[in-house]
Amino acid sequence: MRKVWDLIGGVHPPENKHQSVQSCIGTLPLPEKLIIPLNQHIGAPPKLLIAEGDSVLKGQVLAEPNGMVSAGIHAPTSGIISEISAHSIPHPSGMAARCITLVPDGHDRWADIKGVENYREHSPEELLDVIRQAGIAGLGGAGFPTAVKLGTQQPISTLIINSSECEPYITADDMLIREHAKDIVEGIKILSFILGEPEEILIGIEDNKPEAYEALEPYLQDTNIELVEFTTRYPSGGEKQLIQILTGKEVPNGGLPADIGIVCQNIGTTYAVQRAIQQGEPLISRVTTVTGNACETNKNYLVLIGTPISHLLEHSGFDQSKCPRLIMGGPMMGFTVEDLNIPVIKTTNCILAPTGEELPTPPPAQPCIRCGMCAEACPASLLPQQLFWHAQSHNYEHLEAHNLFDCIECGACSYVCPSNIPLVQYYRAAKGEIRKLSLEKINSDRARERFEFQKTRKEKEEAGKAVKREARKKAAEQARAKKANNPSGNTETSPADDIIKAAMARAEAQKASPQEQRAKLERGIVRAESHLESVQKRLNTLEQDATEKQREQALAALEDAQLRLKDAQQKLADLTLPSDTNVSNTEKTVMEKSQASPREALEKKIATLKERIVITLKKIAEADDESLKTALQNGLEKQQTKLKDTEQQLAETPAQTNESTTTPETENAAAAAIARAQAKAADQASMSDEDKLKATVESLQNRLIKAQEKLASAESEGSEHIDAFRSGVEKLQAKLTAAEAQLAQETQ
Amino acid sequence: MYDIIAQYPLSAALVALTGLSVVFGAVLGYAAIKFKVEGDPIVEQIDKLLPQTQCGQCGYPGCRPYAEAIANGDTINKCPPGGQTTINAIADLLDVEAPSLDEEHGEESDVKTVAYIREDECIGCTKCIQACPVDAILGAAKLMHTVIVSECTGCDLCVEPCPVDCIDMLPVAKGPGDWKWDMPATTEEQIKNLHSHDIIATDQNNNDNGKQDGGNAS
Repeated sequence: MRKVWDLIGGVHPPENKHQSVQSCIGTLPLPEKLIIPLNQHIGAPPKLLIAEGDSVLKGQVLAEPNGMVSAGIHAPTSGIISEISAHSIPHPSGMAARCITLVPDGHDRWADIKGVENYREHSPEELLDVIRQAGIAGLGGAGFPTAVKLGTQQPISTLIINSSECEPYITADDMLIREHAKDIVEGIKILSFILGEPEEILIGIEDNKPEAYEALEPYLQDTNIELVEFTTRYPSGGEKQLIQILTGKEVPNGGLPADIGIVCQNIGTTYAVQRAIQQGEPLISRVTTVTGNACETNKNYLVLIGTPISHLLEHSGFDQSKCPRLIMGGPMMGFTVEDLNIPVIKTTNCILAPTGEELPTPPPAQPCIRCGMCAEACPASLLPQQLFWHAQSHNYEHLEAHNLFDCIECGACSYVCPSNIPLVQYYRAAKGEIRKLSLEKINSDRARERFEFQKTRKEKEEAGKAVKREARKKAAEQARAKKANNPSGNTETSPADDIIKAAMARAEAQKASPQEQRAKLERGIVRAESHLESVQKRLNTLEQDATEKQREQALAALEDAQLRLKDAQQKLADLTLPSDTNVSNTEKTVMEKSQASPREALEKKIATLKERIVITLKKIAEADDESLKTALQNGLEKQQTKLKDTEQQLAETPAQTNESTTTPETENAAAAAIARAQAKAADQASMSDEDKLKATVESLQNRLIKAQEKLASAESEGSEHIDAFRSGVEKLQAKLTAAEAQLAQETQ
Repeated sequence: MYDIIAQYPLSAALVALTGLSVVFGAVLGYAAIKFKVEGDPIVEQIDKLLPQTQCGQCGYPGCRPYAEAIANGDTINKCPPGGQTTINAIADLLDVEAPSLDEEHGEESDVKTVAYIREDECIGCTKCIQACPVDAILGAAKLMHTVIVSECTGCDLCVEPCPVDCIDMLPVAKGPGDWKWDMPATTEEQIKNLHSHDIIATDQNNNDNGKQDGGNAS
């Protein structure tokens, strides 16, 4: 006889198992429809292979495993897929998730399935793939994909089959052993083969299942499988607890049983593996206990996955009026369900319908009296009292320091608490909160990283631009210095210099002979033309990646060059009637420019801008080249906006004050948006609802006007985005009318 | 040696004290250079507590600048996305009284949102891309833009600059995977509105006979 270790802590709740073991495992008629949730296991949801309206055969793959930790799902019977949509699923939240709805056709026709004839001739990898494709996930409760657990890379010395079934009321595993002991032993042999024949194979069973023990024993003769019986105590069926009882080893904190060379499988899973390998039958049904005094018949059923629990209860004589709460799972770790349409899934081992007397609502919690019974009952050797205090005060650091995550949520502490404190609920809530916080932490760390990266990138860009600007400035200075040394240098200098130079040249030219003058002017035209061309080229390259400011500068240069060209042409035409006014005029403008007050300067600017616009318009009319035309049109637009800006400035500039004419564009769009959002938030905080609405209406009106302007300009240009602008305007109008209606309501 | 000390107790004491102060001064001076802390560690700590939405609702261009401002004495209740939890955490760190959220900077909302661009309406102006503080919007000039949902912090800054108004802030869909248990009800009000799924695993009234049963079985 093998040495058996003691379970640490634990409790003895009333077993209530006898009710459901009176009759053998029953079957049910096909329900009207089967609801099969896509995700019935831990890990990634599987990939759908069928669509609504498809007809499927029993055992046909509905969705295949997607990724490493995943399991497929199969049609539990033949029929038609009527719907793939959200439906409430068995989950403590009562939330809905994606489900496949299958309407059975009643024929129950099997798809073509075939088992592996002699599994020993196949490699463990092939068998693991069969298990994976069969959609087998731990049937004990957690639903971890079995193939992943069996595919461990660690050397395994012990295989443990868990048939402890320690929770009260549940007898699904017990009945399964009684009726299918032979197949189960066959399944254990397959598992052992896949794991490379571990030295020890143990079946752990509580001593309250003598029938199951007797059923298994004959098949274990001449095998190395050992059946180990131990004292009934809750929660001996926990994976870590069972390992402790059978081997005396403890699974390390945060580790897996495989880390100490152990793999633990539920007995139901073992049976499912046998069916999958030898019969080729995927996991489409399971044994589920239906029990509780609110049901007339308490027994186990072989239920198709996806059967609504209402169907199960209907055939068990369920009386809703007697049952204040329906529980899925056992009375210790199960959860209450409110929707009777939720289906049975791979992990549903029990539907418990107790009467009010059978499982009463616990009385209200009293203060903790520090009796320490919870600490004695805890199977994980934790300090439930401490955890309780820290959970109450949301002290998550201390909770983690007290190893909250080693808690298996068995509920033994709540069960023994004389003050009826729902301790385990505090731990569940705190665990959820800590998980959520750590997820948020990861997200916020990533956001910070991205933000800092963006900041450094922008700084780098700015620095690069500054270097370029510096270089250009230096080059310009050098050129100027060169020209100062050599007065007859080229024209590529600052505009003011240019104008003076040009004026002087013209004055000079006037003195020269008509032929010379003509030649000079022609040369000037050629030069101006080439300059114009180079400026345009620069503009084209800039179009791609330049900032607003650079583009504007380039456009200004372009206009300048165009003007000069025009000038030169004009001169050539005027050459026949030379006059002195020419010289004096230009000189005068230069003088005026340098001496004028800001207001006068602005007025002047407006005047010249208007002139330029006229010139440009003429040019557009004259231009024959398409690209030139578009460039000119762009220039025209810029001029118009500039004109508008300048007029605005003029209006703002009080006489004789010198305001800077251009605002530096150092602020980026984000800063501007922040400023606006802030101003808005500040305004809204101080406003009443009505004011808020008014403000909304006003801003909407403004935006509408803006959008309409944009639309108009887009229409006049024949822009390709007209539709987008138009829909934007329409939307804004709709919003505005809605806001106005609300405002009207509000004022009434 | 002993004689000299006995003869000149005062000067011996003085010499000893001077010697000690020189030694300790040297040690402290060395430590100050060797273990010098770069930057302001308190800013780092505050920055870690902030939610990193980079939304600018506090009036600073990002979470780090706000952390710096807090370190320089600004109030700690200007962060609506972080809400009361963040205020409490910062108050805890700085050991000050936790004020309630300053409504002037916005209201705390329970629903996390992300930006969503209605892509067929986007004209590709890149304005939202420039406004995004975490580079969560993809796209190029005159091409459709889209939001990388997993990177979006829901800061709202891209909505305003959009010229065709095609950006919506949508609440993040919640599934059973995001669900978590609530803390047990404690006040009477809460107990009255209790959902029955809050109570399980305590069949306390059966406790006594349960123990007897269990005892018999074992």
